Amino acid sequence: MKHHRVLRIVSKLLIPFIMLFALYVQFHGDFGPGGGFQAGVILASAFILYGLIFGLENARKVAPPAVVTRLVAAGVLIYAATGYAGLLKGGNFLDYGVLGATPVAGQHLGILIIEFGVGTTVAASMITIFFLFAGRER
Amino acid sequence: MLQEILDHYNYWIAIMLMMVGFYTVVARGNLVKKIVGLNIFQTSVFLLYISMGKVTGGTAPILDERFTVYSNPIPHVLILTAIVVGVATTALGLALVVRIKESYGTIEEDELDLMDGET
Amino acid sequence: MIITLIDIILLTFMGATAIAILRLRSLFAVVMLSGIYSLLAASMFVALDAVDVAFTEAAVGAGISTVLMMATLALTGERERPAAHTTWLPLAVVTVTGAALLYATFDMPPFGAADAPVNLHVAPRYLNDSFGEVGLPNVVTSVLASYRGYDTLGEVTVIFTAAVAVMILLGGRKGDDAGIKNEPPKEKLADNDGDGDTA
Repeated sequence: MKHHRVLRIVSKLLIPFIMLFALYVQFHGDFGPGGGFQAGVILASAFILYGLIFGLENARKVAPPAVVTRLVAAGVLIYAATGYAGLLKGGNFLDYGVLGATPVAGQHLGILIIEFGVGTTVAASMITIFFLFAGRER
Repeated sequence: MLQEILDHYNYWIAIMLMMVGFYTVVARGNLVKKIVGLNIFQTSVFLLYISMGKVTGGTAPILDERFTVYSNPIPHVLILTAIVVGVATTALGLALVVRIKESYGTIEEDELDLMDGET
Repeated sequence: MIITLIDIILLTFMGATAIAILRLRSLFAVVMLSGIYSLLAASMFVALDAVDVAFTEAAVGAGISTVLMMATLALTGERERPAAHTTWLPLAVVTVTGAALLYATFDMPPFGAADAPVNLHVAPRYLNDSFGEVGLPNVVTSVLASYRGYDTLGEVTVIFTAAVAVMILLGGRKGDDAGIKNEPPKEKLADNDGDGDTA
């Protein structure tokens, strides 16, 4: 779709805002609707839009598959590591209360970290899956 | 009578959608169509869950001093994760369809049966 | 009353879209309609107060799923062949199942009842205590990430597993496995294409 000038320019304008919105959804999920799952999908859709308009090769340069593939696993590891951090601090698995000075502060920190892990895995998985489908020759 | 219908309308439509999805999966031979059917089935289950958690006069479960009645958050949590897992499994199903097309040259169920019978 | 009307209209649209999906033969139209269906479902979830769910459904169902299905159609073709076999047996199975489920709905509490069993078990505890215990206004996030964090860890693992499975299925080059089948066993161990594996 490289010859569609309107699509190219409009998507160039849109992509930064899509990414910004994904970050907003990620970190505002504690107070309004949103969270890691939604943010991950929105962030992935920015990359997918880029891949659709500017071609898969360019998208692979922006988000190298080797890095994205590792991020899929990294998100799960961040989540699980937060659980073990609770264990090391003397609480139960995934008990965030012991992570901060007060239980509520700990909960805040724990939820922020695991939502980040969820967002990483979801975004990286969706980008990986899109790359694989789009890169398959007929 | 009207009250009875209004009390159960959501559940009935959910079941109708479930059956349309089920029928698509069972009766249609095209594998992509079957996956779309599965998605319809899945969404109908989501609808059933969310309908059960709705409280009349309630609002979305985001706490605020101005509201006292909230809908039940638990179905929302369950379905929220189910949707994302659903798209991951859909992607897996579609990947299988692509591989079947590459190996057999078709994604119609009866042709696949025929080829498997020959070899 | 307005809410009820919106409910009924959206649900009717969803039913109509589902039947159109069932009847159409052009898979391109089917995929587009499934995107519309997801968007209608998302609107329905907003009407039912599930804003987080609606958000996810709109992003996932109407966005990513549609893109993936379009990518699949590009690889597999857009026309569905008419079914060769009779359809009365599936129709009978579906009718019987549907009738049984419809019969079951009459035992369910009326839609929107605040005293339904599902709303009396742990939900009041989450709504009353979560702000003091977790400190977040969004109860869905508190339950998802904190009270049921273990479940969510499992769900994230499922997504991870699905991504790995898609990588296994589509990651290699086309015709890799066919090559293995046809080559004599000796050459099977040699790395012919230089990509680090032995295919």
